[in-house]
Amino acid sequence: MQVNEYKPLIVAFCCNWCSYAGADLAGNNRADYPAEVKIIRVPCSCRVNPTFVLKAFQRGADGVIICGCHPGDCHYTSGNYYTRRRMAMLFSMLDYLGIERERTRLEWVSAAEGAKFAATMRDFVQKVAALGENKRLEDLRCKK
Amino acid sequence: MQRIGVFVCWCGSNIAGTVDVKQVAKALESEPGVVFSTDYQYMCSKSGQDMIKDAVRDHRLTGIVVCSCSPRMHEATFRKTASAAGLNPYMVEIANVREQCSWVHKDIIIGTQKAIILGRAAVAKVNLNAPLTPGESPVTKRALVIGGGIAGIQTALDIADAGFEVDIVEKKPTIGGKMAQLDKTFPTLDCAACILTPKMVDAAQHEKIRIFSYSEVSSVGGFVGNFTVSIRKKARYVNEDICTGCGACVDKCPMKKVPNEFNLGMDNRRAIYIPFAQAVPKVATIDPNACNMLKNGKCGVCAKVCTAGAIDYTQKDEYIEEKYGAIVVATGFDPISLDKFDEYAYNNSKDVITSLEFERLTNAAGPTQGKLLRPSDGKHPEKIVFVQCVGSRCSSCSEKGKEYCSKICCMYTAKHAMLTRDKYPDTEVYVFYIDVRTPGKSFDEFYRRAVEDYGVKYIKGSVGKIVPEGEKLVVQGSDLLNNRQVVIDADLVVLAAAIEPDKSARPLATMLTASMDTNDFFTEAHPKLRPVESPTAGVFLSGACQGPKDIPETVSQASAAAAKVIGLLSKDKLVGNPCVASSDELMCNGCSSCERVCPYGAITYEDKEFRMPDRTVRVRRVAKVNPAVCQGCGCCTVACPSGAMDLRGFKNDQIMAEVDAICK
Amino acid sequence: MNSNKLCLEIIRMSGTDPKKCMACGKCSATCPAYKEMEYHPHQFVSMIKNGEIAPLMESESIYRCLTCFACVERCPRGVEPAKLIEATRLAVVRQQGKNRVTPDSIPALLDEDIPQQALVSAFRKYTK
Repeated sequence: MQVNEYKPLIVAFCCNWCSYAGADLAGNNRADYPAEVKIIRVPCSCRVNPTFVLKAFQRGADGVIICGCHPGDCHYTSGNYYTRRRMAMLFSMLDYLGIERERTRLEWVSAAEGAKFAATMRDFVQKVAALGENKRLEDLRCKK
Repeated sequence: MQRIGVFVCWCGSNIAGTVDVKQVAKALESEPGVVFSTDYQYMCSKSGQDMIKDAVRDHRLTGIVVCSCSPRMHEATFRKTASAAGLNPYMVEIANVREQCSWVHKDIIIGTQKAIILGRAAVAKVNLNAPLTPGESPVTKRALVIGGGIAGIQTALDIADAGFEVDIVEKKPTIGGKMAQLDKTFPTLDCAACILTPKMVDAAQHEKIRIFSYSEVSSVGGFVGNFTVSIRKKARYVNEDICTGCGACVDKCPMKKVPNEFNLGMDNRRAIYIPFAQAVPKVATIDPNACNMLKNGKCGVCAKVCTAGAIDYTQKDEYIEEKYGAIVVATGFDPISLDKFDEYAYNNSKDVITSLEFERLTNAAGPTQGKLLRPSDGKHPEKIVFVQCVGSRCSSCSEKGKEYCSKICCMYTAKHAMLTRDKYPDTEVYVFYIDVRTPGKSFDEFYRRAVEDYGVKYIKGSVGKIVPEGEKLVVQGSDLLNNRQVVIDADLVVLAAAIEPDKSARPLATMLTASMDTNDFFTEAHPKLRPVESPTAGVFLSGACQGPKDIPETVSQASAAAAKVIGLLSKDKLVGNPCVASSDELMCNGCSSCERVCPYGAITYEDKEFRMPDRTVRVRRVAKVNPAVCQGCGCCTVACPSGAMDLRGFKNDQIMAEVDAICK
Repeated sequence: MNSNKLCLEIIRMSGTDPKKCMACGKCSATCPAYKEMEYHPHQFVSMIKNGEIAPLMESESIYRCLTCFACVERCPRGVEPAKLIEATRLAVVRQQGKNRVTPDSIPALLDEDIPQQALVSAFRKYTK
């Protein structure tokens, strides 16, 4: 079937202290999740500038997920609270621009939650795959 | 242009099993900047590292990409390798092709494809890497302890014993804090003064410790290793160096009706006073609000009787500026005000007292010389009711009480009840409790002794109201286990008031840029793993300023804080994390957005001169990041509206390049 | 309605959350009508929390509560027991034929000392 062959492109931003370690733990536990997910390491989820997300969509990403420490557990005390607010604004704006809510996600994954990381990624990829390609923001000039 | 070497690790079959490493190395060979690409079985092994060193030399590499396990595993290893090869260690990037690729994917084609993309992203990032050098800052080998209670004293003694200079700043005329006011201490019942006062003397006599009593911190500047603190030494109108503490002035002072705060206003002191016999420093202090001489120039008796000539009515507040490497906060606690709890009649009857007042009433040095007498008429009370959780665990009445459990009340109430029954077996003692919480060494045994050996009557329930009727206090409470309402005509009621952080803590936290929770307790850097450090580097927490604590816990935390301070002060230089924020002052418009979001107070503003194209000079306000304070979260980079702020090691263009490489 | 559902309904009507209760008993300690009541304020909280509503609805206690709100005022956790009792009473009244006061019963209740307002208020409180 056509739908099954389509592989979405997912960019994941993971904070160094919790979620990146959670992703490593998923690896240690050999928890399977789709290879479409490509992780970029950032020191804190609050390092994720909304322009990074926009850039990803412009470059043809089909979904962007940001993972940070659970509220209250931020290595830098309060970074993830800023992320939460910024991303609420950004996702709502993207929704307005026609990037469906399912294509963007903010998730709290701790360093102990390898299974949650893998499950979250499976779920996210599946949801994005169901939506099909992101054609709204993709800059066709970027295509080779 | 960078000259990048790519090193793909097999990790035995860990990576090579699901990733075709040769294909990855080949694919990355044609990436921009890559001049050398190879694979090896174990990159982290000695021969693997030698291979990298050789390649750096042979191919004049300026950047290295290692496709291997997680950077959390071996980033440090490969940075050292790069250093050894003469390269800046921050020119190394790791592509995580094990934990986040080969281990989670089963198909070799898919795994190889993903590994190539991850490698490409790393190459794209290294292309934009710049050599970074961690900043170094010197350490002032002196510590400041704010608060001279048992927490502050213990911390200071431990730091001083390790050979470092320590200053204690105490706002009261004497050190000793709350513990000096206590009678006996649970669960061993040794007298507080007997174990505290020797420590106070030790602190006073220690050659490495200076005590600034009757002083407050008025401003704090600088950062870890290099704090500059201004201390306000309040005028005590007595020359500390000359006063011998003989007390002649106190005996002769005609102002006799000043409420004695040390005894919580239950008796009076003079206008010139020494808080208690074992005060440290043992010097007199004149209360400017009570002294006639200071108020209207009439009296001067103390100056006449002082043979040492220590009285100085013209003394002024003095400001002392000192440099410190570390600051320990030990500001302690206070019982909350009970003014808003009308139901307990605390303000209507002298015989409704707080537990701290009860401590003074039973203390041999207290207003009654240790005899348990009613404050109203001095009679011996026959029925005493203790009420626990007054203002604690009060989630709906934040304007009155506190949401948290004050932790120490169960134990001191058991202590009070037990000691009362021990000294006066004829008294009936009731304790109204909601839960009795006694986690701690020998704590529950202690409480059980109060019940079983001393016959204290514990009633499960609360007190609804207390009404003074004649000489008695009618206490109406519920007895939940027997499902009935009980009325006790008590002679004395003791309220276990909740405790709260000292009022001076909040302004201090602002000066230190140390964070606090909603209850004004200082927050720790990590609730489990870094419990005595504040998130602000160089600021440490000791005692009840961090949360309710009993004495054993306070002392152990105080020593823990001291250990952390010693660890810091024993370094000659602090090596920072080079991945910190920095501001492009040409782009910065001085809006303060970054300053507001920085959790560490690492950003300050300065006026800087800029030479304009027309040769004029303009002064603009620009942000400046202190690299010693910045922890590198990058929050400011996103808050910056002009894009002036960037994070070294994770620069905007580096992350953008990674996004590009992944989405290619 | 089964008793669990009814309890949830009563909780909804009262706008309180009995789960916040920490069983300190201050409501019952402060209650001036304590001796008149078969079930006491803290029991209302605990029983409604546990879904045991039938005994409360059959008990005279719901009419003994003075609605003085002393328990609401004093509760350290914001549980508001009086509102739960009020809601229980309302649940009883809402069942057809369960009016506590009917016009026929008035003559027997009349007493020169009772202010008219009390009768009006009784109708408001005890009838549908």
